[in-house]
Parts: sequence; structure tokens; C-alpha cells
Amino acid sequence: MRFTALSAPSAARAAWVTLAAVVVALLLCALIFFFYGVSPGTVYGTMLRGTLGDSTGLAEVARRTIPLLLIGSGLALAFRAQFFNIGAEGQLLLGAVFAAGTGLFVPLPGPLLLPAMFIMGAVGGGLWAGIAAWLRRLNVNEILSTLMLNYIAVAVVTYLIAGPWKGKDVRGYIYTDLIPERGFLSVVPGTQVHWPTLVLGVAGALALQWVLSRSTFGYALRVVGENPGAARYAGLSAGRVATTVALITGGMAGLAGAGEVAGIHHRLLEAGQISLGYGFTAVIVAWLARGNPALCLITAPVMAIILAGGDLLKIDLNMPFRVVDVFSGVILLCLISSEVFVRNRVTWGNGQAKDNTGSKANG
Amino acid sequence: MTQTTQPPSPPALRLRGITKRFPGVVANDSVDLTVDAGEVLALLGENGAGKSTLISILYGLYQPDEGTVELRGQPVRVTSPAQALRLGIGLVPQHPLLVARHTVAENLALGGGSGLFPARGVAGRVRELSGKYGLEVNPQARVSDLSPGEKQRVEIVRALMRGAQVLILDEPTSVLTPQEADALFRVMRELKADGRSLIFISHKLDEVLAVADRVTVLRRGKVVGGRNTAGATREDLAEMMVGRSVDFTRKRTDSAKSETPLLTVRNLTALGARGLPALRGVSFDLHEGEVLGVAGIAGNGQSELVEVLAGLHASAGELTLAGQLLTGNAEERFRGGVAHIPEDRIHSGTVPTMTVAENLALRDYARAPLARGLARDLAATDTRARQDVEHYAVATPSIHTPSRLLSGGNIQKLILARELNGSPKLILAVHPTYGLDIGATDQVHRVLLERTEGGAGVLLVSEDLDELLSLSDRIGVMVGGELRGPFPVAEVTRESLGMIMGGAHPTVVAGADQGVVA
Repeated sequence: MRFTALSAPSAARAAWVTLAAVVVALLLCALIFFFYGVSPGTVYGTMLRGTLGDSTGLAEVARRTIPLLLIGSGLALAFRAQFFNIGAEGQLLLGAVFAAGTGLFVPLPGPLLLPAMFIMGAVGGGLWAGIAAWLRRLNVNEILSTLMLNYIAVAVVTYLIAGPWKGKDVRGYIYTDLIPERGFLSVVPGTQVHWPTLVLGVAGALALQWVLSRSTFGYALRVVGENPGAARYAGLSAGRVATTVALITGGMAGLAGAGEVAGIHHRLLEAGQISLGYGFTAVIVAWLARGNPALCLITAPVMAIILAGGDLLKIDLNMPFRVVDVFSGVILLCLISSEVFVRNRVTWGNGQAKDNTGSKANG
Repeated sequence: MTQTTQPPSPPALRLRGITKRFPGVVANDSVDLTVDAGEVLALLGENGAGKSTLISILYGLYQPDEGTVELRGQPVRVTSPAQALRLGIGLVPQHPLLVARHTVAENLALGGGSGLFPARGVAGRVRELSGKYGLEVNPQARVSDLSPGEKQRVEIVRALMRGAQVLILDEPTSVLTPQEADALFRVMRELKADGRSLIFISHKLDEVLAVADRVTVLRRGKVVGGRNTAGATREDLAEMMVGRSVDFTRKRTDSAKSETPLLTVRNLTALGARGLPALRGVSFDLHEGEVLGVAGIAGNGQSELVEVLAGLHASAGELTLAGQLLTGNAEERFRGGVAHIPEDRIHSGTVPTMTVAENLALRDYARAPLARGLARDLAATDTRARQDVEHYAVATPSIHTPSRLLSGGNIQKLILARELNGSPKLILAVHPTYGLDIGATDQVHRVLLERTEGGAGVLLVSEDLDELLSLSDRIGVMVGGELRGPFPVAEVTRESLGMIMGGAHPTVVAGADQGVVA
């Protein structure tokens, strides 16, 4: 097997390779299910029927699409700038904290409360990512700092709901009181689909795509991401670009957190209940979209199907709840490995035939 | 040279007709080379002459497009560094590749040891080699505590432990103090006496004369000469290195140089990458309409000088451009009239993944007419890109083609178009024609000379003395962070420049009125 570098990998090639990587991942997962003792057919059948087969399923997919879209489109932008934000989970939680705090403690009149919650959510998420951006200027790798800030965010949430923000009427449970009803976001009736956040997500993805391809900042971002040497040469500040990108992605994740609070939970509760691993799954959403925020409009629902389908597996087939992580992990591995096929043409055959002469001379 | 007079045995290493092409440049062009057992061969040549490519081929990092490598008369294919080591070819890299947090023994065991505690078995072998060749190395020392010279000895020991009979030393003295370099030469002589073959790469002619038996000179990918070092002088080597060109004609027929200073540089100092002084008090004037050439062997401060002027490198000293203090970052200086044709057109001059049109906008993408507020004006960007491509005859399938698909010459034209768009006052041109064919070279030269007629000044940094002599009004030589000269072009020759580059004092240059500016 030999690799020949392609001078210009086409978009079509990237799309086909991405699709193939997902298919390979699904086949690998099928193998895992087979050895686990469940027929892969049953697994995938259950997942598809339960997600795309009826309106309840579709609602579950839509509900999960919302945070994935918001976070994923932000991350897509960050990855283009080579700012590897793995901390969207924590940024989402901080967004939820700020939004819930605004709802609980800031007496704002009806129409102002919801916008204020979302704005503060974005501020909270941006702040959390901003810490990592500031640390990066001190030469701390942002992959590590954002990752570790996730754990701090979980601890912050736990501290607040078990301590100072613990609700008065919740007895033994640890969560806050409900926010006032004027802070509830409207939903599609009978579901948990808080559609205003979905609209925000779609608008956000399109806006970020515009930023990337049409704005002066997007141009600087791409130069910094694609050739730091040229950025330095042209006098572009890589630090400033990274900080701005961090604030944008953190802000998007914070909006997702605000949406979960205002649209579904209406209070701050345990980290594991606010986010179903959205921050991590969104990494795959952004990777699948190959750094194009607008393509997250496709990839976010795809990953939402896997998230929602995975939940069904544990309910319907009694499989462990970690099954979703297996999916995500295998897909991400396949995607990352597939990168080499986007950039290289692969030919089969051996180019080693003449090597014998070499070993002969050696012996 | 082997001292024996036995029937001729095949050389330890022979390269025949090695050719290696990269897009737009022939890095090695039918290179023939031999090294005998017990011989030190110096490989001499400027940056870009093809030495690195040749080493990479020997060490299995590249495959030659044509030609063969023979070891002791047997043709071999070196497909990887591991294969090179199996064949007995070792490389001592310019910058040591060691795990800093591990001990010397652990580093040496890496890839070569076996068993559960590979580092234990290594220590004895290290002491044995240390004693035999005078390679002082403490196996228990942590690599992070070692000096550059000690790290280099570890690399040599590593290569010897893997059975290297042919040892390549890539600019080994560039990181060493003179004392450490002397110690290295003693080791090299020991290795030679033991019958091993050494290939020694260096820019420093004194060192080559001190340690090598024979020298092979590469220039623009070709072997342009070779001789025994016995009886050779530094001048002989410099002459071979800078070469004699048959078609030498001066392109600068009527100078546009005025007596009005455009750029004044006073007592400029700057630190280099390793925190060592790279510029030690450089002072000169560049006049309006002048082409000031800067010669010098790579690493003598030329890069730092240009980066300082372009606003990319911190410095102390006084700089003025057209009477105004020259300050600000790269972007502000470009707007202030400083264009920069950088040394590395791929890694800093362009963003290879971006399109021709986008690359042409690198300097002013955020300003009118290419932008309105925060939004880029893509139509205006494309329109200007079309004009630039047409005016500078950039051969590209479309303005929306990624620039990495262009040949070196066309990438350089693209950079030229972009940098000269704003009618700059000062043009910093670093190796502007390196790797270009004759046509593209001519075009770049013509464009630069045209600009001087409009009053712009050009600081031309080049390792190609023909280019400098052909275009410059005056030529300075960077030696050890100091500028020698600049000398009027009529008062220097290729030979005299070569000698100054090699470290000779410029008073040997007849008619040099300025001596050392320090």
C-alpha cells in the first residue's frame, strides 16, 4: 500500500471519504454489537425506527440537534484557526450557570428576561473559553486547558446546586428552584424542542459561515490557521485571532447551555443532566463538517440521531449507557484516520521488490 | 584518501548520477560523489545548493529520481533511515534529536536496545566507544543537562553503536564553541584512522581545510568542482564555491542611485534564534533609487537584518525611512512603504492552501477597496487579482486556484505583484530568484530595477554573487553579524567578495575605502 500526496484534494473527495469513514465506523460498531451478543441488524433497526420512524423520535433528534448545532458550528470555526477547543462541555455548563443565575436572581420584566439569559449564557461560555485563550498566550496548550476546565465547570455546577443556589423547596434533591415562568422558552407542543434556540442555531451556523468566508476576520483566521508563518509575515496577530475565536466558540456553547436551561430544565441541575455530552459530541459534528459551520446543519442532526438512537439502545435493548460513547469514539477515530485518504491517493502493490539487493549488501 | 597501494578496492560509498527533482526545482542534478574508507570528504555549497537533499537521499528520507547509491561496490536502495542504519550509514543531525528528559543511556537504547532494561546494557558499550575515540560521554547524564557539544557526541556514539561505517555530519560545528569544534575534529580524525568514512558538511572554509582530506563543491544542485585539501588555500575553496559564470553580464546598465538617503540604519543590534547576538552594530545608508546588495554565508545575520527592517524582529538601534523613524509591526511598515519579498515563499510568503486571489490580498484584505467595514469585497478582490495576474504574467489556471499548485516562479511573481502593489519606497528582497528558471529570474530582476527608476530603494539579499554583481550599485557583506562595506560594485569582484564572506578582512580588497563598519 503506497500513498501519493494529492496536490489539490477536491471537496467531492473529502465528502466521499467522510461518508466512507462513517460507514466503516458503523460496520466496526456492528462488529462490537455482534460480539456483545446483540444482532447488529436489531441494533441499527431499533435506532432508525426509534429516531426517524415516528414523531416522538424525530422530536428527540431535534432536541439534541439544537446544542450540537450551536456548539458544532462554533467549534468548526475554532478548528479552522487551529484552536483546538475540547472544552465546549464546560463552556456549555458555564452558559447554563450564567443563564440560570440570571433567571433566578435578576428581577427583569417579562420580555427582557429571556434575551438577558441568553446573553449572559454567551458571556459565561465565552469567559470559560477566554481563560483557555489567555492561558494559551502564556504557552499553555489549549487542548489541555480546555479539557481540564471541563472538570472545574462540573465542580462549579455541583457546588452551586448543592450549596448557595440549592432550592428552598427541593428537599433532598440537589438542584435550584425553578426560574420564573417568563424565563421559559416556548417549545413545539408535546415535545422538548425549544424551537427559538433551534432558529438561533441555524442563524448562528449561517452567520459563522459568512464570517469565515466573507469577513476580514474570517480571512485573518484562515491565514493564522493555515499558515502561521504567513500570518507573522503579514503582521496578523495570531494571539488576537485565537482569543476572538475562543470567545466566539465559548459564546456559542454558552448559548447552548442557556437554551437547555430556558427550554428544557428551567433550573440549574446536575451537570450530567444539563448536558448529555453535547460538548464532546459536537467535536465530531465540527470534524464531520470539515471546518464549515454551515455544514453542521447536516452533521449535527446526524450525530443527534446517534445520540438519540443510543439512548433507545439502553432502554429497548438493555445495553449499557456507554454505548453512545462507543459510537462517538469509533466514528471520531475513523474520521481522523480517514484524513490520510483525503490528502493522498492510495495505490496497492509493493514498491519493496528491489530491497533484496540492499539486505544482501548488508549481510 | 587511502594510504595503501593495494589493488583498487571499491570506494566505501559512491553516488552515481543522483538526480532529485521537486516541483519547480532540480535539487540534485546528476551528482557523482565518492568517499573512501578512512577518508573525510567535505561537502561544500551554499544554502539551496542541494546538500540537504543529497544527505536526505543517503539517509533514506528521499528516493532519488535517477541514479544509484553504491556501498563497497554493491548497489543499494536506501528506503528509510532504519534501512540506512542497517546498511551502515549514520547521520549526526545539525540539531540533536534526543529525548531531553531521558538519560544518555536511555536515549542510546532507544531503537537499538533490547530486553527489559535496555539502557543497562548500553552503558558498557558507551564507555568502550568513548575510550576508543575520545568521545567523552557520561551515560547516566540527563540529556537536558548536556551542552550542545555533548549532545552531538551522544549522536555520534549512537550512530557508531548502530554500526555506522559511513558517518554524515550535517553542519556539526554550527552549534559548537571553537573549543568544542576542536574536540569534534579530534574525534573525526580518530574515526578516520579507524577506517570509517566521514562526510562533513560546513560553510566554514577553515574547518574544511583543517579536517577534510578532499572537498566536493555543490552549486545549484550540481557538482561544480572537487579537489584534495592538501595544498589548497581558503581562497581556492571560496573561488570554487562561488563559481565562475560564463554568461556574466551586468543587467544594471544605468544606475538610478541618487545621493538622497532613503533608509538609514545606525548601530543596529538584535538577538538571533538561540539568544545569541545576530546583529552586532550594523550601520549603513540606502539611497533613493539604489540597489544595495547584501552578500554573506547563510547564518551571518542577513535574515535578522531583513526581519528587523520588516518589523518582524526586535532590535535596538536607529532606523529611519525617508526621514521618519521606522517603527511599528509588519502591517504598519508595509503601509509605510516597506515591501518584503521573503526568504521562504512557501512558509511565509504565501498561504499555499488559499487561492491566488486570496494570496494577492494578504497585505490589504482588510482595507478599501478590498473590504467595506468588516466584510470583504470579493468582487473587488477578484478584479484586482485579475489585473495583477495579467500585469505580472502569473501563469495560473485561474485566480481561484490554490497557490500551492503554482510553480516556484509563478508564486514569486504573485508575491512580487502583491508587494509592489502599494508603490513601496523600500523593497526588501531576499533570495528573490532562488530556484527560478532564467525567464522568471529575468522578470524579477527587471521589475526590481524598474522600481528603482521611480526612486524606490532595494535591499537585495542573495547568496548568488552573480545576481548581486549584476544588479547592485553597492554590495555589503554580512560576516558574524557585522556588515563589511558596503563597497561600490566596481571595486569588488566575485573572488574578493568570496574571501570576505569566508572571514578574510576586507582591507585585502583593493580600493575599499570604508573598511569595517561596526
